[in-house]
Amino acid sequence: MSEIYVLRVNGEEHAVADAWSGESLLYVLRERLGFPGAKSGCEQGECGSCSVLVDGVLVCACLVLAASAVETEIVTVEGLQPAERGEMSDVQRAFVETGAVQCGFCTPGLIMAVHALLDHDPDPSDLVVREAISGNLCRCTGYGRILEAVEVATRRRSGGPGSGVGARGVSGPEVVAE
Amino acid sequence: MAMPVIVADSVEHALSALADHPDATVLAGGTDLMVEVNDGRRTPTQVIAVGRVAELTGIRVDGHAEGATIVIGAATTFARLERGPITELAPALAYAARTVGSPQIRNAATIGGNLATASPAGDSLPVLVALGATIEVAGANDRRQIPIVEFFTGPKRSALAPGELVVAVHVPVRRGPQDYLKVGVRNAMVIAVASLAIAVDLDARTVGVGLGSVGPTPLGAPDACARIAEQARWDTDHLTVDPAAAADFADQVAAAARPIDDHRGTAEYRRNAVRVMAARALRRCGR
Ligand SMILES: Cc1cc2nc3c(=O)[nH]c(=O)nc-3n(C[C@H](O)[C@H](O)[C@H](O)COP(=O)(O)OP(=O)(O)OC[C@H]3O[C@@H](n4cnc5c(N)ncnc54)[C@H](O)[C@@H]3O)c2cc1C
Ligand code: FES
Ligand code: FES
Repeated sequence: MSEIYVLRVNGEEHAVADAWSGESLLYVLRERLGFPGAKSGCEQGECGSCSVLVDGVLVCACLVLAASAVETEIVTVEGLQPAERGEMSDVQRAFVETGAVQCGFCTPGLIMAVHALLDHDPDPSDLVVREAISGNLCRCTGYGRILEAVEVATRRRSGGPGSGVGARGVSGPEVVAE
Repeated sequence: MAMPVIVADSVEHALSALADHPDATVLAGGTDLMVEVNDGRRTPTQVIAVGRVAELTGIRVDGHAEGATIVIGAATTFARLERGPITELAPALAYAARTVGSPQIRNAATIGGNLATASPAGDSLPVLVALGATIEVAGANDRRQIPIVEFFTGPKRSALAPGELVVAVHVPVRRGPQDYLKVGVRNAMVIAVASLAIAVDLDARTVGVGLGSVGPTPLGAPDACARIAEQARWDTDHLTVDPAAAADFADQVAAAARPIDDHRGTAEYRRNAVRVMAARALRRCGR
């Protein structure tokens, strides 16, 4: 197949040439356009490590046919902070500070899922958070610290009390000042 | 050279592209198709993407009160069905939508894709059976309406002819309690081991049931439903069922299942799960 199509990724247009028409968005991002942030864990929608936003909607890039994503806005983990590259987003910072990252393979997908959550629901309940990340598998952390990271990011966004990590420590029982 | 991926902008566009490329593969959310493409089981040469066709992506209500029908565009995602108007108009469909995969999957997966895949485990399908939905399909020359129970012709086989698109799902609005129950190993990302939908219609005084993952296709339980409708005591805003009739209903629904043994469960387990779900669903719907 020799047609060229154009994808808008993190605000910039990228031409994709000489691609097979069955390639997934995940493959094109990683192997053709140099965005290795989305990870390839299963290529069947089960692990969430490839999560990206397409027109603001969280999807598995492995299940998006790349050539069908023309004329959409694609945002990957690399594009969360376009103005200050090198800086972390608030959610990324919360993950680092709470120790929610071990091997890190699941992290970009979870970061995208948590951004998608908090952008729509700035004050999610614990159950809502669990449902929002139910499509992201982590084989290392046991999820406890990931849930803590979400809580820290939520509190900081709302500017509420105890918005530092030290307020409740990185593990142990919940002692959230409310 | 023709583009191997055509992004359709109308139903007519998609249908004419299908007529021009009889071997083309229709793509909606990609959550079934891309799994097969990624692992090499399918290598489509021509794809027609229908996910952005406006006519296929909405929910509207035709008619008023008794006799109203919800018309759901085929490319409507489960994320849109799990919240918003469907939670009021067809709550069992919203419950079922919420059990599909994960947020990422529900953001992409469509009800039309669920129908066209025609897996006996498709979560929307038992609900559509219980509610007595009709499937609107369009071909190059005509549109036709297929009653849901005639839509499924075998495991992963449907009455959809080559060159036809699922356009919409017509769901009667039924006033009364509804439920969807699904047995699986966890709350997310689970293909049903067995599932059951129930819909009570207090105006028509009928009970509808749909069963998933317990037969070659989604199944109804018409005999059990007809009998319980006779045995129940109907009031304007609830139905009352005595315990013996409820137990009898559960047995009859279980008898309507045609389960097999597979890696997810045995036939015996599945039949028992149906019996338990039928009793529980009826209890939740009645008094
Ligand atoms: C990780 C994961 C978890 C899942 N969990 C569940 C679950 O819990 N419950 C469940 O029911 N399903 C589940 N599925 C399966 C899948 O998400 C559903 O079947 C979904 O409804 C498919 O819709 P789609 O739009 O993604 O279809 P696509 O993949 O785009 O298409 C599927 C098939 O339908 C055809 N098609 C699509 N739309 C039309 C149309 N309008 N007219 C004619 N043909 C059409 C396509 O050609 C293709 O053959 C899961 C899938 C994945 C990957
Ligand atoms: S790689 Fe896409 S969900 Fe696992
Ligand atoms: S940190 Fe290793 S998979 Fe999550």
